[in-house]
Amino acid sequence: MKSVRIGAGLGFYGDSWRPVRASLERGGVQYIASDHLAELTLAILQKDRQKDPAAGYARDLVPMLVDLWPLAAPRGVKFVLNAGGLNPLGARAALAAAFAARGWKARIATVSGDDVAQRLDELRAAGEPLAHMDSGADIAGVRARLLFANAYLGAQPIAEALARGADIVLTGRAADAALALGPLVHELGWRWDEWDKLAQGLTVGHLLECSGQASGGNFGSALEWAKIPDLLHLGYPIAEVTADGAALFTKAPATGGRVSFDTLRQQLLYEVHDPHAYVSPDVVLDIGSLRLDDLGGDRVRVTGAGGAPRPAKLKIVAGYHDGWMGTGMIGFSWPDAYRKCAASAAIIEALVTENRLPVEETNVEYVGYDSLLGANADPTYREQLNECFLRMTVRTQDRHAAEAFGRLFPWLGLSGPPYAGGFHGIERAKELLGIWPTLAARELIEPRVAVSVEDV
Amino acid sequence: MRVPLWRIAHARSGDKADRADIGLFAYDAETYAVLKREVTPERIAAHFAALARGPVAVYPLDNLLALKIVLEGALQGGAARSLRMDNLGKNVAAALLRMEIDAPATLPRLAAG
Repeated sequence: MKSVRIGAGLGFYGDSWRPVRASLERGGVQYIASDHLAELTLAILQKDRQKDPAAGYARDLVPMLVDLWPLAAPRGVKFVLNAGGLNPLGARAALAAAFAARGWKARIATVSGDDVAQRLDELRAAGEPLAHMDSGADIAGVRARLLFANAYLGAQPIAEALARGADIVLTGRAADAALALGPLVHELGWRWDEWDKLAQGLTVGHLLECSGQASGGNFGSALEWAKIPDLLHLGYPIAEVTADGAALFTKAPATGGRVSFDTLRQQLLYEVHDPHAYVSPDVVLDIGSLRLDDLGGDRVRVTGAGGAPRPAKLKIVAGYHDGWMGTGMIGFSWPDAYRKCAASAAIIEALVTENRLPVEETNVEYVGYDSLLGANADPTYREQLNECFLRMTVRTQDRHAAEAFGRLFPWLGLSGPPYAGGFHGIERAKELLGIWPTLAARELIEPRVAVSVEDV
Repeated sequence: MRVPLWRIAHARSGDKADRADIGLFAYDAETYAVLKREVTPERIAAHFAALARGPVAVYPLDNLLALKIVLEGALQGGAARSLRMDNLGKNVAAALLRMEIDAPATLPRLAAG
């Protein structure tokens, strides 16, 4: 039976491609599926594009492929990456220039048509209210502040690009798992209504889309994480999928990490809402019927995905400007580290009032005590901490107020409680972004999706 | 006996808009049956009363010996508008592992010490 091997690329913009080298050199992969876009990464790329119309794609694309192509090309390995971001054509131009400078040749495809920021009025006129998917709120309230709006495209244009001989496929906002589902459909000849097979492919994509999280990275546990071998050389997951849809998960030989029932099931449920209806543009997956057989030796067989027909509507995620965050931080050592932080917080809050800073919300956290666990932190040793940092953040609509908030802190160094340290400059105001998930009929999106293939 | 979840289960959390989601995994089938009984939406909502505004949903997955837990309104509107250090809710799973439940001392992980 025909099979295909796909390896994980990046799991987010800024992730490392170092482990991909092992997958190429000794993992036997034929494809690398690389996810560069988290839910709001496009907001970062939008700012890049505002400064430079040729930008707007994930900047790690070019250095990543310059490093990996000499390993991939002789082995015939292809790449599918959503690193095109808001500008897949610009991404190809940049990559083509880098390849040309080295005398390398490749067929590079782009998938575009996901960017609907300029089409919102048209979509509304066509009958899509674009109301917030969760709250039902009217988009009119944030319309003027929108920074980007992109539809999640599925695997079909990726499969088309591969059928046209592409070595590298650059998409914009494709559903993360589609980056693997596209090559699977292309290689294994599945039809777009073979729901159970597509559901298996979606499962494979979902398990690959967060790189090391499916092979022992971020293994959420109290003691077991320390038993995962050699995180330094952790191998990214690799899936070998046969034409019937069955998948065997593993990683390259002589790498660290672990592929097991435990590490895979943590990723399987990661960022899933209703596990019986995991919606993608191509198929709706029921995780409840999946079977994970741990074969030992970093091999897990994944079978039994249940698929239901694809949804009539595609998800759109838009991002909008939602005010500014001001940040201040100062540390104190023993004695009374926590109490000195708390006293400083009270002083800062009084200064905010005295200076009439237009602050809507204040967040007080104690780094070393509760900044990651919040109200679930255990107060047992709070009064005996060796050291503690006060971190305060405020929400405001006024950028200057956010900047001014950070400037309240340095004064504490000489005139506040004793034994302060760790102050390394004033933090700049940070723009806050709201997220607007919504839906639109696929008939309004898909006719604009374009696959372009170019030899460079 | 009262047992913190970390002794008998493992967990990972993530974010989707204003929603924090947690996968809670029993190390064995016997423990899974206890989790299904004890880790209820009401108990979770009480444990995270200061974190999450919205309702809590729990989906048991017998095939994975796991509970999928979804906390609505838990991330100050979403990661990129959150003021928190843990804006992505990656530590919500750690907080859950500190929750205590009633469990028989005969569960495999407890009996093993």
